[in-house]
Amino acid sequence: MFGRDEKVSEERLTAAQYIILGIFLVLAYGLWRLQVMQADYYSLAAEKNRIRNVPVLAPRGKILDRYGRTIVDNYPSFSALLLRDSSRDLSADADSIAQGLHLDPNEVRARIKRFATMPQYQPIFLKEDITPDELQFIEAHRNELPELDTIMAHRRLYPRNGFMAHLIGYVGEVSDDMLNLPAFELYNPGDVVGISGVERQYNDMLMGKNGSRQALVDSHGREVGRLGETEAIPGKPLKLTIDIDLQIAAEQALEGKNGAIVAMDPHTGEILAMVSGPTFDPNDFAVRVSRDEWNKLVTDPDKPLLNKAIQAQLAPGSTFKIIMSVAGWQEGVAQTMHVNCTGSAEFYGRRFGCWVKGGHGAVDLEKAIYQSCDVFFYTLANKLGIERIAKYATDFGLGQKTGIDLPNEVSGVMPSEEWKIRNFKQKWFAGETISVGIGQGAIAITPVQLLRAISAISMGGKLVVPHVINPTEMPPGLIEAGHYADVKTVSVEPAGWNFITDAMSRVLLPEGTAPSAHIPGIDIAGKTGSAQIVSLATRAKFKNSDALAQNGWFVGFTPRRNPDIVVCVLFQGGEHGRLAARLATQVIKAYVEKRDRNPQKMTEKPKSNGTVDVGGLWSDPIAEGESDALEAARFVVDLPKKRMVIATAAPGMN
Amino acid sequence: MSRYVSYRDFDWLLLVFVLLICGMGVMEIRSATMHTKFAGAHIKQMYWVVVGVGMMLLMSLVNYQALLEQIHWFYIAGVGSLMGVMVFGQKYLGARRWIKMPGGNHFQPSEWVKLILILAVARYFAELRHRELSWSDFMKAAAIVGVPMLMVLAQPDLGTALTYVPIAIMGVFLGGMQWKQGVAVGLLALVGVTAVFAVPRVHVLKTYQKQRLTSFLDPELDPQGSGYQVEQSKIAVGSGGLWGGKGSQTHGNFLPVPQTDFIFAAFSEEHGFVGALGVLLLYFIVLMRLTQNAQTAPDRAGTFVVMGVVAVLSFHILVNVGMVVGFMPVTGIPLPLMSYGGSSVLFMFLALGMVMNVRMRRFVN
Repeated sequence: MFGRDEKVSEERLTAAQYIILGIFLVLAYGLWRLQVMQADYYSLAAEKNRIRNVPVLAPRGKILDRYGRTIVDNYPSFSALLLRDSSRDLSADADSIAQGLHLDPNEVRARIKRFATMPQYQPIFLKEDITPDELQFIEAHRNELPELDTIMAHRRLYPRNGFMAHLIGYVGEVSDDMLNLPAFELYNPGDVVGISGVERQYNDMLMGKNGSRQALVDSHGREVGRLGETEAIPGKPLKLTIDIDLQIAAEQALEGKNGAIVAMDPHTGEILAMVSGPTFDPNDFAVRVSRDEWNKLVTDPDKPLLNKAIQAQLAPGSTFKIIMSVAGWQEGVAQTMHVNCTGSAEFYGRRFGCWVKGGHGAVDLEKAIYQSCDVFFYTLANKLGIERIAKYATDFGLGQKTGIDLPNEVSGVMPSEEWKIRNFKQKWFAGETISVGIGQGAIAITPVQLLRAISAISMGGKLVVPHVINPTEMPPGLIEAGHYADVKTVSVEPAGWNFITDAMSRVLLPEGTAPSAHIPGIDIAGKTGSAQIVSLATRAKFKNSDALAQNGWFVGFTPRRNPDIVVCVLFQGGEHGRLAARLATQVIKAYVEKRDRNPQKMTEKPKSNGTVDVGGLWSDPIAEGESDALEAARFVVDLPKKRMVIATAAPGMN
Repeated sequence: MSRYVSYRDFDWLLLVFVLLICGMGVMEIRSATMHTKFAGAHIKQMYWVVVGVGMMLLMSLVNYQALLEQIHWFYIAGVGSLMGVMVFGQKYLGARRWIKMPGGNHFQPSEWVKLILILAVARYFAELRHRELSWSDFMKAAAIVGVPMLMVLAQPDLGTALTYVPIAIMGVFLGGMQWKQGVAVGLLALVGVTAVFAVPRVHVLKTYQKQRLTSFLDPELDPQGSGYQVEQSKIAVGSGGLWGGKGSQTHGNFLPVPQTDFIFAAFSEEHGFVGALGVLLLYFIVLMRLTQNAQTAPDRAGTFVVMGVVAVLSFHILVNVGMVVGFMPVTGIPLPLMSYGGSSVLFMFLALGMVMNVRMRRFVN
């Protein structure tokens, strides 16, 4: 028995009961406040906690050659991204995130700011193609930095060493400037889009559409289930008209050189090969390109980022004489013209020299073409006048964009009286016409323009639109097929066209300007050109610096009647057209060898009137000695109904 | 004396309500651990309850008056075991709280010290000869509780140390505290708490303990720490609504330790306001029944013993449920009878055994 004989105060015990009651009322109020008054708020908070929107990235479409061989593929890699639907203050974590991912903290903060107006469920892509130790960092900090996550992305794998880099282009994150363009208005910051080449031209098709997944996550951000998924729509594969085999030959021909090579099917305008040199490696751009590397590319005097096939604007030099010849023939001047070349001629009080100092002697149109006599074409230009020259050049598409399906094609310049007044507020001087006659002076064209013009002449005036994809093989509705079918015909008298192409076929023979490029057994019609960048006198002042060396040109096709392929070469600093011609014949040789190696039976679809155009080439058995001299003709064959003519041609020519 | 004691006088009604609460706890432990590495914990908890009921029956047989006579030895043993922890204790998560026993079990002396303190305080106040407390009585009572409390605080285990405080308060309150004393001690406590937080170089609390307490005041400061825990707990409770919900906070692992300290949040999420209020009501009934037993106790000491148990139980409920609904900081105090854990269950049943002990002797003398 302990204590006094006295009970504990009843009041105090009752007070204790009331205190306990008070405690329970407070606790009950706490429950009421959360579960009844703020139930909606906390239900939403619980939902936000456990549901996370994770994007599902659509793989970009592959880029294939004309036979479906893969040129550009994707490979899987991890990207780091910042989820913004958690309630964390992202800017506060920027420093630790930047450190772990080896980024600039200010850049991270700037990105967070840039995305501030975007919907919450869209994450911010911080870094692509992260390294294993960066991946490790993210996994190890799931608790401290729950907003940081990774995603499997499909990255572009481009051919190595800059193969086809200019044509393909490259992808990158869409810039603010691009987002302001109407073509990109449907894109969001952070989207990876084509920046140049076909990657840009056909971006809509290649890109596909990202999906998203509503993932159920636990408190560590680990996915424990999924609510729903909008599937990603993969980009569509893009089949180019390029033949890899021919592209390889062209790349090899131009390797280490400055310039461009373009090969095209003159019937359809399909580009078979396109190279620009020097090149760059688009894989360097696939992840972010460093500022130094970029500056180096931009400031390089050889302009490696420029696709010279469509962006170099240069004087065509003597290759322009083919346009001159067609103009002269059509105007009835050239076929009867005879000039005695003494090495120079005087026009309007000024002396114009021929490239052969001693002169060519008596020259007619044929000799003027294969010997490239300047005096003949000075005289012809003088007779035609700038307006008639400009008319024909313009008809053949010079000084205008060709409409090729590549971004940022330039138009070049075809001078005329009207052009001079518009741009210089000056009258055209007749003396200026003389230089234009040999492709010098104010005239500036791109390789693809020249290719298209010569292709048209080789095809009897059929002016095609060059293109790098075959619109009929594309899913309907994606590309305006009509654009590429927009073939114009420049009327050229058949006799004149045959005469000129026959003359062109002698350029590579011993009497021509490029005999060293001759390949026995292959009938090539072409024209060399050597265009001055500055006058010879100015160049002498700079001690014949290589930077001012002449540009070599060659444009040619094979065979001379109904040709299968037309090739244009720009060899900057190549000094003479015959060197360009050698590059062109390498490509043509590769083409012919491939065709001979695996001939394919193919049927050509008869035209609506039931005829088929067939080119023919043979050597005259009677004319002995000149075994290389070939006769050529184009035939139109009438077809009986329901029968196809079977001819041997290069694979894929349809 | 024991021949007057009979289980007919055992408080069966109280046991029914206590077991109801335990049943709720087992159910919720099962649900909360279902797909985790703790799956099956509810079975263990059931074993602990069975063992606890057995211990309670045994405890009710030992005369509490006999225990009170020997309390000074128990007190010395309790303080000794706390010293043992300081020397031989297992260090786990930066704190030395457990002694490893042979057979792989862990023994946490601070739980048993709680029982000893209830008895020691009861005996001290029962024997006081005057109606009103003098300051020296006050200081002696404070010393009885304060010595083991400081030792537990040094482990460090702030939560358990705090549970000793209500034993002292209840003793002082029922023992005849004067109003001016209450006001003075209240003010002193306020100054002390302020000093602990505001004055640098006062290292009574570890940094993490301070952080836990300060983050309660401003959860935004430390969203992934204990502020995060409180926030997740509030989300769990709130998303339960009136009738309860799916329990995504509990099962998505957002709620920290849903089977122990946050079991009431898990329960509230799954059973809503109605369910949570029901459990609170069960606890209230248990407490009222205990107070009734205190009133009918055979002597002063019996009343003090029962009210000591009431004080500890009320304090646990206040701090734990208060934490779950965001009124209290995170201190790591479990909810008695519901939270998973052997020590906690056994302590509660032993304490209830003492209550039964007192009740069964109400007609003696």
